[in-house]
Amino acid sequence: MTTQIPVAEELFTWPSDSPQLIGTRFPESGVTTFPQSKSCPKSGSENGERVLLPRLGTLWSWTVQGFLPKSPPYAGKETAKTFKPYGVGYIQLGNEVIVESRLTTAEASELKIGMDMELVVIPYSTDDDGNELITYAFAPVKK
Amino acid sequence: MAEDVAIIGIGMHPFGRHENTGMEMGAYAARAAMKDAGCDWSDVNYAFGGSASAGNADSMVSTLGLTGLPFINVANGCATGGSALISAYNAINAGAADVCMAIGFDKHEKGAFAPDPASHGVGQWYGDTGLMLTTQFFGMKIQRYMHQFGISESTLAKVAVKNFHNGSLNENAWRRKPLTEEEVLNSLMLSNPLTQYMFCSPGEGAVALVLARGDIAKKFQTKPVYLRSAVLRSRPFGSFEVFNSWLSPDRGNSPSVGAAAAAFKMAGMGPSDMDIVQVQDTESGAEIMHMAECGFCEDGEQEDLIQSGATNLDGRLPINTDGGCLANGEPIGASGLRQVYESALQLRGDAGTHQVPKPIKTAFTHVYGAPGISACTVLSN
Repeated sequence: MTTQIPVAEELFTWPSDSPQLIGTRFPESGVTTFPQSKSCPKSGSENGERVLLPRLGTLWSWTVQGFLPKSPPYAGKETAKTFKPYGVGYIQLGNEVIVESRLTTAEASELKIGMDMELVVIPYSTDDDGNELITYAFAPVKK
Repeated sequence: MAEDVAIIGIGMHPFGRHENTGMEMGAYAARAAMKDAGCDWSDVNYAFGGSASAGNADSMVSTLGLTGLPFINVANGCATGGSALISAYNAINAGAADVCMAIGFDKHEKGAFAPDPASHGVGQWYGDTGLMLTTQFFGMKIQRYMHQFGISESTLAKVAVKNFHNGSLNENAWRRKPLTEEEVLNSLMLSNPLTQYMFCSPGEGAVALVLARGDIAKKFQTKPVYLRSAVLRSRPFGSFEVFNSWLSPDRGNSPSVGAAAAAFKMAGMGPSDMDIVQVQDTESGAEIMHMAECGFCEDGEQEDLIQSGATNLDGRLPINTDGGCLANGEPIGASGLRQVYESALQLRGDAGTHQVPKPIKTAFTHVYGAPGISACTVLSN
């Protein structure tokens, strides 16, 4: 049985049936960062609070990664032959923050700015022991 | 008000792919600039230079001559060349030098840059999961902009067509082959909506400029060009930059807005006074957005301006007259200085086959890059 290992601690709540991204909210400036940050890039304040971010949002912008990224830094194990393009976007979570994320679809025809999106967890690679390495992604909300 | 600072010598090593090292190209450009200025290395009493991937500029003294001059290395990402120029401008204005050199050179591997997360202040997870690509950022920034302001894919392609056309007329350019709109649109989709031919490539090349106090410029150069302002800005809160895992919904301006406004204010001129313009065109969309960010039009007006040919060599506002980054490639350290080289060439009337047909008295340059920096200059005869 393979284990699922998150790409980083404290990026999203895990294990969880409904995972959430984890950010930092700075009450003085009203700024929310993702992931967590020690200081606020607007005010310089170090007075932040850990917050769980909304799981639902809207697509703010998007693209499709059409070629195999260089490794490092990319840790996926595809080759130029096996590589399949993946979607990347920014998702606006209410009025709190706009987060960058992989998308579950790479079909341009399925992506429209303003559409509803929800957080999911996807595999992006495997480690040497066969464990699945996972990260967060956003998927179009099924109507 | 700043004293006059003149550009008395310009030198370039052709951009493209070459056998020699970045440092050798830098020395070649430096010698060419001194020859153009009619000065010797011993006349240069301050130098600033840099590269992103080709070594420390100051080691060039062992090639050019160990005169003991102060030579400061500049490392400021995509604004390295612009920062070297601003430093030279400030050194002359401060009275620290009469004759100063600004030099930028570089040599990069083929293909998209492969940045290191730690050196950009982002987590390893960001690179691991395939988010750390400048091309994605460019795709998403122009995708949003096109959605907001009604820019078409045809207009994106026309920017590339124009710049490759200009490059085909420029003997120092890397890409000399003109492309049609269909060829640009039908090339490989790298990062929607941007295709392969809408992107510039990391490349190689070098540019050197010799600057002098305005009052002594004509001792060296019969056609000096004056640097009316040179300004650098970093990003304000709310700007949309590369390698940002989050953005604030409270959107702000790009650093280019502040840099351009300050450059115009310092020069005592405005965007409508400019005869030619060089703006950063890392990809087609960047040129479109920078037209508005630098004050040359309102957001969305680019659609008509570009479709009507206003930004062509023979248009009302020629942009990227040497072919820009698209036709010249991007040796990071040299890119900003290439724009100033081109402006000086046009102002002197020496651009030959790519000389803008209308009379040129003023020019504007704008360089922009990671991690959200912009450098602008205003030049005139």
